[in-house]
Amino acid sequence: MFKHIGATVVVLCLASSVALSQGAKLSDPQIAHIAYTAGEIDIKAAKQALDKSSNKEVKEFAQGMVRDHEAVNKQALALVKKLHVTPEDNDTSRALSKQASEKLNELGKLKGADFDKAYIANEVAYHKTVNGALETQLIPSASNPELKELLQTGLKLFQGHEQHAEHVAADLK
Amino acid sequence: MLSGRLALLSFVMLAAVSVPAHAATIRITIDKLTFSPASVSAEVGDTVEWVNKDALAHTATARNGDFDVTLPPSKTVSSVLRKAGTVDYYCRYHPNMRATLTIAP
Repeated sequence: MFKHIGATVVVLCLASSVALSQGAKLSDPQIAHIAYTAGEIDIKAAKQALDKSSNKEVKEFAQGMVRDHEAVNKQALALVKKLHVTPEDNDTSRALSKQASEKLNELGKLKGADFDKAYIANEVAYHKTVNGALETQLIPSASNPELKELLQTGLKLFQGHEQHAEHVAADLK
Repeated sequence: MLSGRLALLSFVMLAAVSVPAHAATIRITIDKLTFSPASVSAEVGDTVEWVNKDALAHTATARNGDFDVTLPPSKTVSSVLRKAGTVDYYCRYHPNMRATLTIAP
């Protein structure tokens, strides 16, 4: 029960902190920074899972997150270099990073099946939040067509991760 | 005359038996997390050439368990269709990637 409340609060906090900057239009350097940060956060979470979990399905999922997010971030870095865009830190990136480090600490205290369930539940919630931000904020705000396209592919990828996480969550029950 | 016809007939039959219809190669491309074409007709014995243009690893996994092909990033992989049926397949890593192969016997 408490766990559910915890997860909901985290989602709401994340959603509201992402929504904070909704009024101001995000610039391409800010968008690039948010997208890159979001990927880095999920890689860190996956590395924690690879360290802590002994569940085969959870480990495979985490390996997939490292592989995919590293691949996408590599593409993102290549694109910003090509476009001569310097990613710019901003409130949304900072809010995402703060929430993520709190989550890492929280999950760090859990063990075994409790950790597995909490990690996967957070992956579902986290990808939902990021996908929401991509759809409603980042993609509509992006000016450069190549950046927009990369974000659109990113959205399809992260929607895939969300569904994958939901399958794993169902198997853990 | 008759024996000539018989000889010709048997030659034709022999040819029909010994030279089977040419197995086709069908190309399915994966680009930006999309299988294309999304719906393909093939025959048992045909080869599917899976061209993965993404920098991401994918799989082509039949829901009914008939095949499970791993598709490394930016690589082309071939597999031969062994069983007939209408097969819905997806990517295990990104289950929102879905397509269909209709395999005639």
